[in-house]
Amino acid sequence: MPSSTANPKASPPQIIIKKTTLDDLIQALQREGYQVIGPVLEQEAIVYRPVTQLKDLALGWIDVQEAGSYRLERDEAQRFFAFTVGPQSWKAYLFPPREEIWKARRENGRILMEEPETPPRLAFLGVRACELAAIHVQDRIFLQGPYVQPRYARRREAVFIIAVQCTRAGNTCFCVSMGTGPHVREGYDLALTELEDTFLVHIGSEKGAALMAEIPHREATQEEVAEATRRVDAAAASMGRTMDTTELPELMRQSLESPHWEEVGKRCLACANCTLVCPTCFCFTLEDVTDLTGQEAVRVRLWDSCFNQEFTYTAGRPIRVSIASRYRQWLTHKLGWWVEQFGVLGCVGCGRCITWCPVGIDLTAEVQTLRHMYGRASSPATVSR
Amino acid sequence: MAKGTRKPKLAVWKFTSCDGCQLTLLDLEEHLLAIADRVDIAYFLEASRATVRGPYDISLVEGSISTPHEEELIRKVRKQSRFLVAIGACATAGGIQALRNFAHVRDFIQLVYAHPEYIRTLAQVRPIADVVPVDFELRGCPISREQLLELLSAYLHGRRPRIPRHSVCMECKRRGTVCIMVARGVPCLGPVTQAGCNALCPSYARGCFGCFGPMDSANPLSLGRRLEDLGLSREDIVRVYRTFNAYASAFREGSETYEQVRGHTRH
Ligand code: SF4
Ligand code: SF4
Ligand code: SF4
Repeated sequence: MPSSTANPKASPPQIIIKKTTLDDLIQALQREGYQVIGPVLEQEAIVYRPVTQLKDLALGWIDVQEAGSYRLERDEAQRFFAFTVGPQSWKAYLFPPREEIWKARRENGRILMEEPETPPRLAFLGVRACELAAIHVQDRIFLQGPYVQPRYARRREAVFIIAVQCTRAGNTCFCVSMGTGPHVREGYDLALTELEDTFLVHIGSEKGAALMAEIPHREATQEEVAEATRRVDAAAASMGRTMDTTELPELMRQSLESPHWEEVGKRCLACANCTLVCPTCFCFTLEDVTDLTGQEAVRVRLWDSCFNQEFTYTAGRPIRVSIASRYRQWLTHKLGWWVEQFGVLGCVGCGRCITWCPVGIDLTAEVQTLRHMYGRASSPATVSR
Repeated sequence: MAKGTRKPKLAVWKFTSCDGCQLTLLDLEEHLLAIADRVDIAYFLEASRATVRGPYDISLVEGSISTPHEEELIRKVRKQSRFLVAIGACATAGGIQALRNFAHVRDFIQLVYAHPEYIRTLAQVRPIADVVPVDFELRGCPISREQLLELLSAYLHGRRPRIPRHSVCMECKRRGTVCIMVARGVPCLGPVTQAGCNALCPSYARGCFGCFGPMDSANPLSLGRRLEDLGLSREDIVRVYRTFNAYASAFREGSETYEQVRGHTRH
């Protein structure tokens, strides 16, 4: 029998809800004034979009991912979260692709500045462990140091996070190698693990506890907790990719003059897909837009990419003209210089850049090649290209 | 840039083309009054027979240079124009008519005209920038309304137009279109094509046709290999690179390479 707990502090850290109770959770969040964003089926993929009820969620789908390929299949077990990560990441909501920074208007010879609208309070439903790690990486980029992005900060502070522990890994996943998943460790309000007919819920914050107090639930049994762990362990054991992270920054330094970059440059399209699907990549550009009449001006921030030649424009000319030099910039920054700059690697092992690269360039394979050329391979040389 | 109170004079010129790009100016409907308020539309035969003599502050040039007569005319236009903008695939890459550059024009003339002796044409169709210096180019078949408006606004306010040279894929990702090549196996030229259409075709699950021509560092051979994996024949790949922007250098490299490879495998 589900029972409600009046005092959130008294809630046990691990509880069980029926699958349909997820709808109560969505409703409760909406009553609290959150717009809920969750995984839905759209354009033959699983994407994160506003949802208002349980029925909106993509139920019963599995994604089959490979380098340069993504397909959905029916999930006989009719699970809610059997798919892994899709083409989009939560960065689309915390760091939107296009955002107005300010607006100015001329009025009676004066210039009036307008603040853009306050961003909505969002609740993310279905944040995977690697994605949570990616949000924490972007936090370091946008919130630490002398230059804080105020709009990122406002969105981030308001967000309610319902994490989901993966019980199935994809062919391009390697979160285990990167130490980011599939077990969810911290930084969430609630974390779900999908069982047969129920979800095991971990409470991660006061906010999460307060919300659960409104929702019918019961205490989890030890078997249920163990079963959840087993399922996530199974996902951990079935990672489609691995990456040896031993002294990656050092490997990047040694590889700087490698002929291998030219080889990747022949395959790479410089299309920038990898950076835009990546949940940690943060390149942006600022554009000033004026209208014909000169009465209005808007400063807009747009997603940009280190793969765009114009992005490398410095002191009167592009400094990274070859595609090879841009791929090198991307990989060595992510797996090398980020550590110096932000204290973490720029990769959380989500595999998106592998799946969504139109020509299937796979950073785990490129790193392996560089390791064979320069580093001591800590794993035997099993990969030849 | 406009000086003092005099309105800048705008001229629109047509060479070998279909008129679609200059019609984009009329297509700016709700902005037309504001434009006419700030710009003196001095020469635009598509819209009015009344013309004002040059020189012109800004000339929009549509079409490719295909005849000796056009070659003379574009030189005159250049002399009369402070700021010359080539608009559309014909003006920036030669257009669909540049397909004849891959063969002998004589053969076509014999085939098409009852009296080939009347035809005076250049052996090669050329984009405007091949004949006279061009100050700016707007790509597309046809050009984009938004980009034309941006060009005019930027010109009027003396700033650089925001016309990106990156891939169409950037537009897919920014607008949240799921990649149809990865998710559905649909062949798409977006990764080698310059943005400008806001990824129109992919947003309707159609592969990009390459209307805006090659992006600034297009890699047509790598994409070609991917298109082969998706089931396109070498002949198909020659064809996808040979449309409106066939003679733009990266697409030309793509089609010519695939044509040579095809030739080799046949012999
Ligand atoms: S680099 Fe690739 S695998 Fe790593 S976080 Fe970014 S998209 Fe995911
Ligand atoms: S690695 Fe792939 S996705 Fe990234 S720019 Fe190159 S071709 Fe595009
Ligand atoms: S659909 Fe085409 S243009 Fe869009 S991301 Fe995919 S390859 Fe690029």
